[in-house]
Amino acid sequence: MNSAKERLVNGIIKENPTFVLMLGMCPTLAVTTSAINGLGMGLTTMVVLALSNVFISLLRNIIPDKVRIPAFIVIIASFVTVVELLLQGFLPFLYDALGIYIPLIVVNCIILGRAEAYAYKNPVLPSLFDGIGMGLGFSVALTCIGAVRELLGAGELFGIHVMPESFVPVSIFIMAPGAFFVLALLTAIQNKVKINGEKKGKDMSKIQSGCNSDCMNCSDSGCTHRLYDEKVTKEDEKNG
Amino acid sequence: MSDLMKVSSNPHVRSKTGTSNIMLAVVIGLLPAAGFGIYNFGLKALITIVITVVTTVLTEFVFEKICKKKVTIEDYSAVVTGLLLALNLPVSAPWWIGVVGGVFAILVVKMLFGGLGQNFMNPALGARCFLLISFTSIMTNFDCDAYTGATPLADLKSGVDVNILNMVIGKTAGTIGETSMIAIVIGACFLILTGIIDLRIPGSYIVSFVIFISIFGGHGLDAAYISAHLAGGGLMLGAFFMATDYVTRPITKNGQYLFGILLGILTGIFRLFGPSSEGVSYAIIIGNLLVPLIEKITLPKAFGKGGEKA
Repeated sequence: MNSAKERLVNGIIKENPTFVLMLGMCPTLAVTTSAINGLGMGLTTMVVLALSNVFISLLRNIIPDKVRIPAFIVIIASFVTVVELLLQGFLPFLYDALGIYIPLIVVNCIILGRAEAYAYKNPVLPSLFDGIGMGLGFSVALTCIGAVRELLGAGELFGIHVMPESFVPVSIFIMAPGAFFVLALLTAIQNKVKINGEKKGKDMSKIQSGCNSDCMNCSDSGCTHRLYDEKVTKEDEKNG
Repeated sequence: MSDLMKVSSNPHVRSKTGTSNIMLAVVIGLLPAAGFGIYNFGLKALITIVITVVTTVLTEFVFEKICKKKVTIEDYSAVVTGLLLALNLPVSAPWWIGVVGGVFAILVVKMLFGGLGQNFMNPALGARCFLLISFTSIMTNFDCDAYTGATPLADLKSGVDVNILNMVIGKTAGTIGETSMIAIVIGACFLILTGIIDLRIPGSYIVSFVIFISIFGGHGLDAAYISAHLAGGGLMLGAFFMATDYVTRPITKNGQYLFGILLGILTGIFRLFGPSSEGVSYAIIIGNLLVPLIEKITLPKAFGKGGEKA
């Protein structure tokens, strides 16, 4: 099960979809008003991600290359619908809190990105763990962002009041600008840890940054090269 | 190579004017407004001003020490930011509002973007908007020993009669430094006479604002209504001291006129149609964000370019 462990670590730390790959920013910024919302969104996405990875991996030899994106979307949308109905039935409070962002999981680019970059080319079991790892990474990131925002913006953590009575909630943190502040702060801390690691001579080269502060070549990192592998590019060139 | 061989590009003009002189002049220009604020609101206003200025200067010092950068607190820019922010706070605000705002202004709006000259938004206004969104009830509570109730602008919006003479002198409720039109104009005159600021931005700002509220205000060219709008709220302070900030205004002349007109229209929209009675701070920071675009479209043609195409 070595590859399974490697996939999990990869998803949670090395290629954390939020802090490293900078994927799925829309739900990241929108639903993390509290830790519980972040966790709920992360786990919901993880379930969809793991299931869709498994099915895409199973069907990878059947799906024709040219229509693979619509095929992926059909599979992902089916699972999102299943999860949405389950949430509505069994966790109505989470269903209400996440609202429109549950159906929007269909277009979350982490899921499509993993389908394209990993599940479409790899066997079932690694794909399953890749989905779980990425989903866990996404959950951890969203919970962190949600926790910081909830703590500063409402003085609570997972709905429990933790700040002293005299603390006045900084309500900007549970509004839209706060999401950007906290995401930027946590990404900066992650980059700082990475840079410090490099200075100490550790091999951190495998930890990719979403940005590397290299704006000129931004399109080379992050998600684009994951979505368009070489084969497709060559094919596109042939077709003009 | 000896030190004598110093080659630099023209213009070879030497001047004693530097960042610190300019910033010091701005501080002096703000003193009448600050002085009137202290006279009007009492000792509490002085304490708020001192706390905020000390916070901004300390934040800049500590940040630069931690990041091992050159300490730039002697250029007075942090003092200007702190003073402007304090003048934008209500006197009833608790002491930590000045601290939170000062740290946010310097740390987030200014230093994280590279320090003085790199900030894309006026730090004092960025912090004021941060505080306004975060602590709305504290930031809009203008009750104090001297005055209770709404600001003249809020009265104006809800149709209550206002005393224009008191508004021009500054004996009304409001933030510490915004109430007195006279004190602000005295300070602004000093800056204009010393050449620190010119009338392009404040002039086009105020004129376009007057035109906007005459058309949409529902009172036509009513002198009382217009002068109440001019004397009320942060318009004067914003137009002369914050919209003219060297870093966050356009550098082209036409761009400065365009910037002023944009601010006038935005302020008019926010004041007349927005939920709040005041909109100067939001207008200026939105204007700040559009400065790169304004500069792009008003860039003068390079000499020799254009004309007939070969």
